[in-house]
Amino acid sequence: MTMTAPLDVVSAPVCLGPGPDGSPSAHITVRGLHKQFNGTVIYENFDLDIPRGKFVSVFGPNGCGKSTLINLISGLIPIDSGQVRFDGKTLAQTKIGYVFQNYREALFPWMTAFENIVYALLLRKVARPEAEERVHKLVTHLGVKIDLKLYPYMMSGGQQQLVSIMRALIIEPEVLFLDEPFSALDYEMTLFMREQLQRIFEETGTTMVLVSHDLEEAVYLADYVLLLTRRPGRIAAYPLVDIPRPRNDATLADKDFVLLKASCLEIFQREVRRG
Amino acid sequence: MTKTSDRYLPLIGVAGLILFWYVGYWVKIVDPVLLPPPHAAAMALWKGMAGGNLYSDFLVTVYRTLAAISIAAVIAIPLGILLGANERLYRSVEFVIDFFRSTPASAMFPLFLVIFGVGDRTKIFVAAFGAMLVILFNVAYGVMNARKTRILAAKIMGASNWRIMKDVVLMESLPQTFVGLRNGISLALVIVVVAEMFIGSVNGIGNRVFTAQQMFEMPDMYAAIFAAGALGYGMNIVFLMIEKSYVHWSGK
Repeated sequence: MTMTAPLDVVSAPVCLGPGPDGSPSAHITVRGLHKQFNGTVIYENFDLDIPRGKFVSVFGPNGCGKSTLINLISGLIPIDSGQVRFDGKTLAQTKIGYVFQNYREALFPWMTAFENIVYALLLRKVARPEAEERVHKLVTHLGVKIDLKLYPYMMSGGQQQLVSIMRALIIEPEVLFLDEPFSALDYEMTLFMREQLQRIFEETGTTMVLVSHDLEEAVYLADYVLLLTRRPGRIAAYPLVDIPRPRNDATLADKDFVLLKASCLEIFQREVRRG
Repeated sequence: MTKTSDRYLPLIGVAGLILFWYVGYWVKIVDPVLLPPPHAAAMALWKGMAGGNLYSDFLVTVYRTLAAISIAAVIAIPLGILLGANERLYRSVEFVIDFFRSTPASAMFPLFLVIFGVGDRTKIFVAAFGAMLVILFNVAYGVMNARKTRILAAKIMGASNWRIMKDVVLMESLPQTFVGLRNGISLALVIVVVAEMFIGSVNGIGNRVFTAQQMFEMPDMYAAIFAAGALGYGMNIVFLMIEKSYVHWSGK
């Protein structure tokens, strides 16, 4: 693949197709999505393609509906009209995982971390012995070094969020949604968790959709950055991040990375000013 | 950092109270007949509890309080869950619950006397009535205030409404349920003791306090008061311990 000249991204017409640059094959297709809250139109006739097995970061101005978008796709919020399909299937036919921003309120404090993860499998009618076996396998596979016999409230924020991610991954979801998963963590922990998430993505190859309010994080983790406009939300740009993995600290200083980040920022600011 | 000696700090208050009492006794602040020395009250407490009448009265009060809280819990917890799960239903009966929760249960004595007679049942039922409303209110609020995120998390993991109710909402409501039980048992004890004083009672701590006062057996009266205090304090501690081991996540 060739690097898209970052400045072309900026000058690209606003009227884009639903898919990202380079048109990879779509996993999730959103067509004609409508959503309004109390008379405010959030999405109107919105089309979007999320490519298969890729990492997409969603970024945009405050209140543009970044989180709302993944909540609509994942069914946490009902859509007014339109169609969301996963490989042509409906949401009900699809296994998805979702990681909440507020891990404190998403994990079950009455269960140990281990039981939290097992529970996701029990809900899917997996027998307990097999469920426990699969959790042990996942722990080994990901090389997680946390004492899972602890209750969530005994763990650090990063550990709790890692447990949340494992709980979402254990059912082997087709898509993993993450809603600002690291924004409640301190910077050191955020950097650590980025590495963990990148590794998990490479290990599992699961299609991932991350909402982020941190442009550096969004670009660093992504194969594609989905930049949204102000309300009603449209695609402002959907550039490819053509930087090899695994990415590391050196990536942050990489010329292509810096250029792409700068161009994304330019689009972002253009959209902010538009408001 | 707390020093080991800090653990004994509460004893200072106890020693201070006893000292204050002795001083009051020596300077005859009140008639010595009304305020006997602490050791006389302590002796009466010891004699009464070690096989004396006070002990049997103590057990009767414990029995009535526990019976009342059990009845209250059995009715209020399921009802509270039902009301909490249907917010519109709760809103429609909220005023009635709040009204009777705010009504002093002692005002209901005559009514319960008329309905249930002067036996044990009346005391237990009045106390159960008072405790029930407190528990009901707390359970319903616990259910209604279950964290939305946890419910969504269960939902997105594929939990049915029934599983969400059983596995998430019910667990979420437990800390608040325990608050209700603890407040309920304190209230039940108050009502039972008052009922024992006034409505044709022949036993119980309340009756002992009242009888001792009528007979001017002041050491016995103080002994019964302290026994009632120890009972209230002890039940609260026991409930806190159950709460800590059972809803270990509460407040975390």
